[in-house]
Amino acid sequence: MTKNILQSIDNVAIWPVISFVIFFLFFIILIWYVLTVDKSFIHYMKGLPVDEGTDNKTFDQDETQHP
Amino acid sequence: MELQQFNYDNRIVRAFIIATVVFGLVGMLVGLTAAIQLFYPVFNFDTQYTTFGRIRPLHTNAVIFAFVGNAMFAGIYYSLQRLLKTRMYSDTLSWINFWGWQLIIVAAAITLPLGITTSKEYAELEWPIDIAITLVWVVFGWNMIGTILRRREKHMYVAIWFYIATFVTVAVLHVVNSFEMPVNAFKSYSWYAGVQDALVQWWYGHNAVAFFLTTPFLGLMYYYLPKAANRPVYSYRLSIIHFWSLIFIYIWAGPHHLLYTALPDWAQSLGTVFSVMLIAPSWGGMLNGLLTLRGAWDRVREDPVLKFMVVAVTAYGMATLEGPLLSLKNVNAIAHFTDWIVAHVHVGGLGWNGFLTFGMLYWLVPRLWQTKLYSTSLANTHFWLGTLGIIFYAVPMYISGITQSLMWQEFNEEGFLVYKNFLETTVQILPMHMLRAAGGALYLTGAIIMTYNLIRTARQGSFLKEESAEAAPFVRGTRSNGGWHHVLESKPVLFTVLAFIAILIGGIIEMVPTFLVKSNVPTITSVKPYTPLELHGRDIYIREGCVSCHTQMVRPFRSEVERYDPLHGEYSKAGEYVYDHPFLWGSKRTGPDLQRVGGKYSDSWHFNHMYQPDAVSANSIMPPYPWLFEQSIDKSETAAKIRALRKIGVPYEEGYEEVANQDLEAQANKIVANLKADNIEISPDAEIVALIAYLQRLGRDVQASKEASR
Repeated sequence: MTKNILQSIDNVAIWPVISFVIFFLFFIILIWYVLTVDKSFIHYMKGLPVDEGTDNKTFDQDETQHP
Repeated sequence: MELQQFNYDNRIVRAFIIATVVFGLVGMLVGLTAAIQLFYPVFNFDTQYTTFGRIRPLHTNAVIFAFVGNAMFAGIYYSLQRLLKTRMYSDTLSWINFWGWQLIIVAAAITLPLGITTSKEYAELEWPIDIAITLVWVVFGWNMIGTILRRREKHMYVAIWFYIATFVTVAVLHVVNSFEMPVNAFKSYSWYAGVQDALVQWWYGHNAVAFFLTTPFLGLMYYYLPKAANRPVYSYRLSIIHFWSLIFIYIWAGPHHLLYTALPDWAQSLGTVFSVMLIAPSWGGMLNGLLTLRGAWDRVREDPVLKFMVVAVTAYGMATLEGPLLSLKNVNAIAHFTDWIVAHVHVGGLGWNGFLTFGMLYWLVPRLWQTKLYSTSLANTHFWLGTLGIIFYAVPMYISGITQSLMWQEFNEEGFLVYKNFLETTVQILPMHMLRAAGGALYLTGAIIMTYNLIRTARQGSFLKEESAEAAPFVRGTRSNGGWHHVLESKPVLFTVLAFIAILIGGIIEMVPTFLVKSNVPTITSVKPYTPLELHGRDIYIREGCVSCHTQMVRPFRSEVERYDPLHGEYSKAGEYVYDHPFLWGSKRTGPDLQRVGGKYSDSWHFNHMYQPDAVSANSIMPPYPWLFEQSIDKSETAAKIRALRKIGVPYEEGYEEVANQDLEAQANKIVANLKADNIEISPDAEIVALIAYLQRLGRDVQASKEASR
């Protein structure tokens, strides 16, 4: 039955390949980004909930605010 | 740069907090009532509005959408404004969101006890309420996106990503699962049938857990845990991976609710694989939460807010490890349809959602009312009552689930079932059901203590309606230098679209073949549409919530085939359900499966059993249904039912609705004559006659085909 369902879609063989490629690439890019992202930006983002109310500057204006 | 002055709106947060507490108490009380009904049927109160089948969806809807839903809105409306350094986009939209949501809850509280239900779990509300939910949800999203666009903080903190994913995904899930064909203002039939309906429902049901009970609360965790601990989250990098992998993977896992059913194998396997993968992001999130407290564990001993949050995050970790284990077929074969699943969802519900809500409330209320918590020791008492409540709830349910499952499967040396009578396995676990109710009562007592504590806190303080703040405006066009994700965080609309695509991929790959299943389900020629009388009976079955306790899915196990269809040896096939709008497979066997019950007992057996179950089956915990003998079916609805079903693909001939009631009466008279032979007098229009017709039909098509082939 499973075969019939999948055979009725044109070029269904490409589906799992596309899915795998999407997943693989997405997570590779994500991990690459996370490992290489600017450290001061991470510190800035981390501080958003705890520093609120006292902080009037944005990361782009003053990157050294949160060492 | 010049600072701008503005106010945060605290009144909307207060409104949602009050609603959270009120509906939390109501939802838990209804849950406790349902728990007691399961060992003491007299608590069904012998009215049709309070029997277990109608109370159970009331409980689940109340705790999920009223308690957790309002808590989610309260938490989001407070944190969103502060994280973005702006007031909510529109006060009007905020209040439409609030009152609209409460009206929906009231509508649910009225319609569910009346038996107005679609019977699809966590989507029981009928079509007019479904439309209202869509509108209110759009208002919530509009208000949130509007606020994000008006922000003074360029970058969106990770909590906001979780809020956005919640909005987008719940919208998609709700709309797709709610496709239904109205019969009248209070009744509709699911657009999908049988296997398709089951897959769409559990794609929805699973992701309602994922995107209504999990992602918004993860957002709240990423905001309130650092707040309460007064230190930033352990790893922001991990939170980025947590978010994207969670929303990418979660949407695929729905079919694990349908293992060993008539759903195609490939879909079942897909569900299992993605469920196992889910351990990684879930535990990443849990560890991120717990490690945020590194160096602050001494404060956990003193601060009730942190105590609640630590147990909440731990419960999240436990439930998300257990979930993937339950989606392994060998574990699922034991756990499915038993109390094990009830234990699993309550570890998540009581532990993760409940405790995070309590922690958040203990943190928020003193701040909004500008005072200290009235009593820390009462909060600690609540914490211990709640924790013990969870343990007394979950442990008996695990024992009961495994016990019952093993009893279902036990064969003696001669190859016969040891516990041939299903009821023996039910009676065996009743002590565990009593302990579970005690656990629930402890948990509810804790929540009552919290309510008192919060009221006293509010009374001693003064509520800050408008909280003034100042921040520099956000100047658009400043270049980012932190990479693509950095850019993404400053482009909320693009971010929303990408999150939407991420959740859609899984949905589409699962759905497309499923929508083609219809033409590929091996046809069983003997399977015919329900007769008009059976249709009325089926609608009564739906109204009474029979599906809460009885499945219609004989799994391909020797023990199940032997128990439910010893004569023909047939487990359930996909082709049997092609006219089932909606599907009624069920998810819990408090009573036996009914897929092959047709012809097993006489009409008079069903008659007596529905009137007084424990007179027919001693010690039965099924409630009596005396009103079915007094109320009549509405034959004027027959034509509308047939027309609605024909529109969604059930092959009733054109014009059949004109003569359907003649068939109905003929079939009813036959049942009345059968009953009369056993000295039972009843009107052919009585609801019980229709219900007997439906019950006697179940499984007969397959038996007919088997007998024909012989």
